[in-house]
Amino acid sequence: MKLSKLFILILTLTLSFSVLAQRAPVQEPLVFESMLQEDRFNQLTLELRCLVCQNQNLADSDAPLAHDLRAEIHEMLVAGKTDDEIKQFMVERYGDFVLYRPPVQKNTYLLWLAPMALLLIGGLVLRSSVKKRAALLDSSPTE
Amino acid sequence: MTVELGQVSLLAALLTALTLGLIPMIGTYTGNRRFIAVSTTAALIQCLLLIISFGILTSAFVVQDFSVEYVARNSNSLLPMHYRFSAVWSAHEGSLLLWELILAVWIAAVALFSKRLPEIFRARVLAVLGWISVGFLLFIILTSNPFGRLIPSAVEGLDLNPLLQDFGLIIHPPLLYMGYVGFSVAFAFAVAALLGGEVSRDWVRWSRPWTLIAWAFLTIGIALGSWWAYYELGWGGYWFWDPVENASFMPWLVGTALIHSQAVTEKRGAFGNWTLLLALSAFSLSLLGTFLVRSGVLTSVHAFASDPTRGIFILAYLAVVVGGSLTLYAARAPKMIQGGGFAGMSRETFLLVNNLVFTVMAAMVLTGTLYPLLIDAIGAGKISVGPPYFGLLFTWLLVPMVLALPIGIYSRWQEDTASRLIGMVRWPLLASLAIGTVVWVMQPTLGFVSAAGVTGGAWVILGSLFYVGQFQFKKKSLKIPGSILAMTIAHMGLGVFLVGLSLTSTLSDEKHLRMEAGDKYQMSGYTFEFLGTKIVQGPNYTANEGEFIVSKGDEEITRLYPQKREYAQRGNMMTEAAIDPGFTRDLYVSLGEPLDQSGQAWAVRVYHKPFIRWIWLGAIFMMTGGLLAAANKRYRRKMPAKAPVKTEAKEVTA
Amino acid sequence: MNSRIFPLLGFAVLVVLLVVGLKIADQKTNLPSPLIDKPVPVFDLPVLANPGQTMSAESLLGKFYLVNFWGSWCVTCRAEHPVVTQLARLNAVYIVGMNFRDESEDAIAWLQRWGDPYDVSLIDYDGRVSIDFGVYAAPETFLVDPSGTIVFKHLGQLTWDIVETEILPRLANTESGS
Repeated sequence: MKLSKLFILILTLTLSFSVLAQRAPVQEPLVFESMLQEDRFNQLTLELRCLVCQNQNLADSDAPLAHDLRAEIHEMLVAGKTDDEIKQFMVERYGDFVLYRPPVQKNTYLLWLAPMALLLIGGLVLRSSVKKRAALLDSSPTE
Repeated sequence: MTVELGQVSLLAALLTALTLGLIPMIGTYTGNRRFIAVSTTAALIQCLLLIISFGILTSAFVVQDFSVEYVARNSNSLLPMHYRFSAVWSAHEGSLLLWELILAVWIAAVALFSKRLPEIFRARVLAVLGWISVGFLLFIILTSNPFGRLIPSAVEGLDLNPLLQDFGLIIHPPLLYMGYVGFSVAFAFAVAALLGGEVSRDWVRWSRPWTLIAWAFLTIGIALGSWWAYYELGWGGYWFWDPVENASFMPWLVGTALIHSQAVTEKRGAFGNWTLLLALSAFSLSLLGTFLVRSGVLTSVHAFASDPTRGIFILAYLAVVVGGSLTLYAARAPKMIQGGGFAGMSRETFLLVNNLVFTVMAAMVLTGTLYPLLIDAIGAGKISVGPPYFGLLFTWLLVPMVLALPIGIYSRWQEDTASRLIGMVRWPLLASLAIGTVVWVMQPTLGFVSAAGVTGGAWVILGSLFYVGQFQFKKKSLKIPGSILAMTIAHMGLGVFLVGLSLTSTLSDEKHLRMEAGDKYQMSGYTFEFLGTKIVQGPNYTANEGEFIVSKGDEEITRLYPQKREYAQRGNMMTEAAIDPGFTRDLYVSLGEPLDQSGQAWAVRVYHKPFIRWIWLGAIFMMTGGLLAAANKRYRRKMPAKAPVKTEAKEVTA
Repeated sequence: MNSRIFPLLGFAVLVVLLVVGLKIADQKTNLPSPLIDKPVPVFDLPVLANPGQTMSAESLLGKFYLVNFWGSWCVTCRAEHPVVTQLARLNAVYIVGMNFRDESEDAIAWLQRWGDPYDVSLIDYDGRVSIDFGVYAAPETFLVDPSGTIVFKHLGQLTWDIVETEILPRLANTESGS
């Protein structure tokens, strides 16, 4: 690799950070009316995905968009919105992608059912195989 | 020393690996003993060549040879010496070389320590490992050469990613890879057994210590990664169900199933096919993990820089290795039921339940990890599958396992009765219920699920301890058999982990607040006083270091010094949390952003995390148990040159 | 059937999925907007050139218009600027510049330096409207039809190719249709 390429690499590194160079978002810690409200806030931001990050929730992200969305969620909580309404607000704007807990719907039936189905099928296979073994035991008395 | 030598020795290693894969394998079919004998030599030479290659790359880092592109990208003249060593495996190319080096070490170890095995079988194992090595060496040489030069040479390096400038990252990758790669040995034993066509239970006995060691390394490797995330990322989380974490967790889950099914197959001769399949799967999942992490098909926090050609290469490799071994399995795995019968209530059944749960867990993690990709691929939208999904299903799948585990410990092989077992476990059961209740009454905020988790953890710990106790009592001797001690320690590890997980997930407190010098904040009985910040100069960074006095009542407990670092070369900001670790609780403070121009006010995160250490303590127990089990004397017993194939197989057509 | 072939079959399915996954790997950050075919979010924002005056979504009803989210801090916006300028020269569509999370003086200086392709620029200072549009990176571009419905969205740098294949045909089609 030539040095010029290395330079481009450095440039792209800086470019990818341009999203961080926006007008500084509000960094002040949010103030809550009650412990319950704070718990709800923590739970909500844990389950919502930061869209500009690689794979982070809203609670942990330092991206400006995450700051703004946290402020938005805080405001909605104070305004008395329910958790579902807040999630709905996010989904209307960013789609199901924003939810870390995928809703049970047509394109997630398989996701939610597969482990249970596997457990069931595996359990049945296990039962039949144990039965076969038990039969084997009956036919040949123990050593 | 020139780095080109490193590349030459990589090429030489490739030729050696080809020799290792080819010559002894031919020997085992033609009966040429000189061909067979090549395996040991080739294995050792390959290892030596990779040590040289790896050593040369390391020395390029130590002497800061910025004419090497990989060094220029991942190091800097200010980088402290100990990080120059770990910088070798901080990015894609070098970490692959580490992967390959560890593989070569495992191969050399098999060559040195399995002289007791039948000659032909041993040669086949080594040859299979040789082929695995060929694939990885080709991958490194063709797509990921760490020895490429920069012309003209760079004056200064870009520096090591600050996130990786940390003790945890020095030891986490080598241990994790020891586990990942170690499963290749169990894989090779299984393939050699299939090739030989005589899938007796002997191969299982021979492969058990190797599997146990790999599993122990993987356990501690994963735990270290989790510990690192906890103290380095600055928000107190220790597991995120990120694709990269899942990639290491899947082989662990299948590996755990494997070490249990090996017990059934070795002791009772039963379920040989299932054990074969698990041995193939554990390593296959390690390879799948490598693909997921390095190909860029999934979005992850800690993915390597992705490159489609690399993705295609690993996928092709995966298809050959896994597809080939599964084809062999389909063609050669025995058709008849092996081993004796057993009753529905028997140790065999309990171990099968263990296997069912662990396999379903692995399948669940695989489904959740790949599901967004599946939905995207068929054009059904974009969705995310995150911690709420994995956490929920994982918790539910733990229930049957935790309930059954202690009973399984007491159960006898072949046949047992429910009434005897209930009689055996009634005391640990009652005691753990009592403990769970007391803890819940003392900490009502715990909630039902966590109280049940504590009870389950106590049930596993006490059940294990009582078993050892009654064993002692009956034998009237102080000596506990090694295998039982190993099992007990590993199982107690699960219990300790469960207790830690349950307590920390509901009793933790956290607060994100604004603090100015002199401010105090009370949390969970502790007072955190912020004394202000000062500028601290590190070797390659400048930091704002805060000082906090933590006290309980009038007594000062500790002082914490969290930092907000700015690394000179890359200019990125890093949060360095300060933690006061403890057996029953961690106190954790991290600095956010300054909130005013003068630097008086700071955003501060304060955490109180009860029993969080128990999560990693559990992993240490498990690792210890695994290593103790591997050290068991019976694996070192002399074996006959040609192992007699004990046929307990009942000829029943399936 | 030989049940020992099932693992191999399962693995084959997995490989197919991974091959497809590798093919679409570079598009994985490109999220479809749930706002397509939905009414444009309500807004009423100050005009950059004259902050005393505001412009609302309602006042834009009845014609096609493009909403282009940009900021002076956004490097990619600078990169797509020539394309927006070229499109503006065609006079084919009314272009609203949505200056978000930016300081107005920086924005004005940016337009003076590189040229102002926008028919109007609005100030979304705290990014509220950008959240309503589901914007998560810059630049993002939305095409709104005369009934006030979002018919197209593009994430990231606008290219002339996209203008020709996605934006211009939509303007022509619906006009002849209605």
